Amino acid sequence: MSLVNFTTREITCKIVYYGPGRSGKTTNLQYVYSQVPADRKGRMVSLATQTDRTLFFDFLPLDLGTISGFATKFQLYTVPGQVYYNATRKLVLQGADGVVFVADSQVRQLDENIESLQNLQANILEHGVDVRTLPMVLQFNKQDLPPELILSPQELDDALNFRALQSYPADALHGVGVFETLKAVASEVLRRLSQGGVGARRI
Amino acid sequence: MDLNPRFRFEGFVIGASNRLAATAARTVGESPGSAYNPLFLYAKSGLGKTHLLQAVGFLALERQGTLRVEYLTLEEFVERYHAAVAAGQVEAFRRSALETDLLLLDDVQFLAEHREMQAELLRVTEALVAAERQIVLTCDRPPGEIADLDERLVSRLSGGLLVDIASPDFETRLAILHRKVAERGVEMPAGVLETVAEVGASNVRELIGFVNRLIAFQAVGGGSLTPEAARALLTDELPAAAPAAKPEPPPRTSRAVPAEPDEFSSFLTAVSTTVAQTVEAWRSRVGEAVLRWQGEGYRTQRLEQLLLSEEIPDIGAELARYASDVEELRRLADEAAAFDPSASGQAVFHDPDRLEEARALAERVKQGVEPPPPPSKGLTFAEFVEGPASDAAVRAARDVVAEPGKRFNPLFITGPSGTGKTHLLHAVGNELIATRPGAVVACLSAQAFTDELVQALDAGRIEWWRRRFRRADALLLDDVQLLAGREATQEELFNLFNAFSDAEKQLAFTADRAPGQLAGVAARLTTRFEGGLVVELAPPDRTMRTEMVRRLLAARHVTSDDDAIDYLASRPADSARAVQGLVNRALARMDPASETLTLQAARVAVEGRSQRPSQAQAISAIVPAGLDGVIGSREKVVWDWPGSADRLIEELR
Repeated sequence: MSLVNFTTREITCKIVYYGPGRSGKTTNLQYVYSQVPADRKGRMVSLATQTDRTLFFDFLPLDLGTISGFATKFQLYTVPGQVYYNATRKLVLQGADGVVFVADSQVRQLDENIESLQNLQANILEHGVDVRTLPMVLQFNKQDLPPELILSPQELDDALNFRALQSYPADALHGVGVFETLKAVASEVLRRLSQGGVGARRI
Repeated sequence: MDLNPRFRFEGFVIGASNRLAATAARTVGESPGSAYNPLFLYAKSGLGKTHLLQAVGFLALERQGTLRVEYLTLEEFVERYHAAVAAGQVEAFRRSALETDLLLLDDVQFLAEHREMQAELLRVTEALVAAERQIVLTCDRPPGEIADLDERLVSRLSGGLLVDIASPDFETRLAILHRKVAERGVEMPAGVLETVAEVGASNVRELIGFVNRLIAFQAVGGGSLTPEAARALLTDELPAAAPAAKPEPPPRTSRAVPAEPDEFSSFLTAVSTTVAQTVEAWRSRVGEAVLRWQGEGYRTQRLEQLLLSEEIPDIGAELARYASDVEELRRLADEAAAFDPSASGQAVFHDPDRLEEARALAERVKQGVEPPPPPSKGLTFAEFVEGPASDAAVRAARDVVAEPGKRFNPLFITGPSGTGKTHLLHAVGNELIATRPGAVVACLSAQAFTDELVQALDAGRIEWWRRRFRRADALLLDDVQLLAGREATQEELFNLFNAFSDAEKQLAFTADRAPGQLAGVAARLTTRFEGGLVVELAPPDRTMRTEMVRRLLAARHVTSDDDAIDYLASRPADSARAVQGLVNRALARMDPASETLTLQAARVAVEGRSQRPSQAQAISAIVPAGLDGVIGSREKVVWDWPGSADRLIEELR
């Protein structure tokens, strides 16, 4: 399936929220879902365990209607963050047009963030895609926690953002930074299209 | 329609939501036609489209008073067009539209209702843009979302700059409120405007409505307005008339309702803008490139293919590759033209998909290896009718082919016109090529040889011309008697002769007379011609003529009885050409339905009548046979005496 189909005049973007367990990926989707007007609401599919951990993945289809003559659809996915679900993560990552890496801003989660980021890169590589060409943004979630518990966006940039990606501080629970992140990744994905095929291919 | 003086840039409050639109509009107003053309502003109602549009007009007029600025809503535009159609003055309408320096068109979303106007607007837009005249349009949605809008118009309108104006944010709202209150000369207590700004309004008209309500409230109640009262007033939490009577502010528990803007809408707007700027802009970019290159005479097959592709290709790279190919084609064509002016007109130099061929061609032209004229393919030994008259010449020619450059160099064939000298010369050339694949044989008439030399001299590329011939493995020159008086050509031929002869490359010539009798040809050439083998081709004898007739008829798929062939061959003909003329005449008079040429038909054709076959046959059969070889020129003989038999009898009496 192509990202922009001129024959059927469709644009379909698959965006995957990636990050360590409990960093707030599902929360991001839930907030987006809460803001979608009723007439555009699809069904958010969430396969969660009893303790609210994502077991398989979340899927939120967003039908944006017709834009410039194109039926535009966004599909937002999350991956399960826990280390042992890597097969699922790889599966969800397949065909992604863009990735949001949701980092947990808490100081004690730094190693998990780094590990997850490395895992992301390894999985992308396994799909035969150059990490540098895949549209991606970072979100530093939980910035609402007390300052002594978290790293500042600047510190997180230093620790995680070695590719100088766009990064957004966020408080996904209250919706702060959620749409900024989504807008940024959507724009990256769409702009990559206009620059041509390189990197715009699905994984 | 006149511009409203209230709508100037000075009165436009700029915030984050409209900064891009305002900047673009100002740029356009400062130098119409040179920046974003067309400029397409879109926004929901009440966000300042019309204000910006008219401000562009004012600014442009301030800068250049002589500009023709036209502000029209789409409805007015349509009305004018319809009036023009009704009055039969469509052309006048178009002319007037095209004479406008700055066309400001408001509310074009109504185009959906006027399909016939879409074509007209497309025409106007294209003409204005082409003439570097500015067009600015406003709409409540991006072009792609106007229902039923012509694709070409969508792409044309998206081709300039597409900017949207979002709902004003808090700071902008506050600034607008301050501005509006100041315009009315009213003062508001501290905090009131901030509260109003917090209450939020999706557009500026609503904000102005708020201000009006506050001013009215103040005027009626006379009391001082508190922020709380203002909020209550505007959110209808309390009856508008009551607040003055109720001193204590309403409880803060009731939350300000839509304090946060609609995040999803703003996301949608962002995506729409990006799509409009990228996806559609991509297509118009390719479309423009196609038009541009076609205009310059290049084939754009490759780019047109891009438009059909289902996925977005790497446009920048594709266009750059195309442009660089065109650049190379241009360079190649220029290079080739320096050697051969006619070469640059070749189609390969205008088709980037045939770059390789163009390179090869340019290289050939540059190296002078554009092969010299080859022998004509149809003239082969197989086609040549041999007989006693041509025996010596043909044998010499075959020897030349067997050992080119060694046996008889040069071979010089003489003979009267039409005896097959040219045919034999070309046959030698073809046979040389056939027996030595890759051999380059130059075979042309002395006239063409001279003409090419003159052209080369004229174009200052004599060296190229020399290289072109020197690379040949054999030089066969027809009708060298035509070199008479052509001194420069003789000079060149002399040099070529020596070069060929030294390199043991074959030379062959034909002329209608022996070398020694060539008047006007330098002795150093004629003596060299004589230094090889001079052979003569005599006019065809009867046997050869019979064979020629047979072959000519067979070639036309006509059967014939032997009498007819014999009759035609018996007719006097001193050359192969004359035989062909006879056969053609016979065939032309033949019954189209029949496939057989009879003696009768042949005679009618040749002699022009059908009476008295026996006598005519007798005369024709006897006389020419008897005269064959005796009378050199057939013009001197009267062949067809009208009624000669009668006359003879009469004289006998």
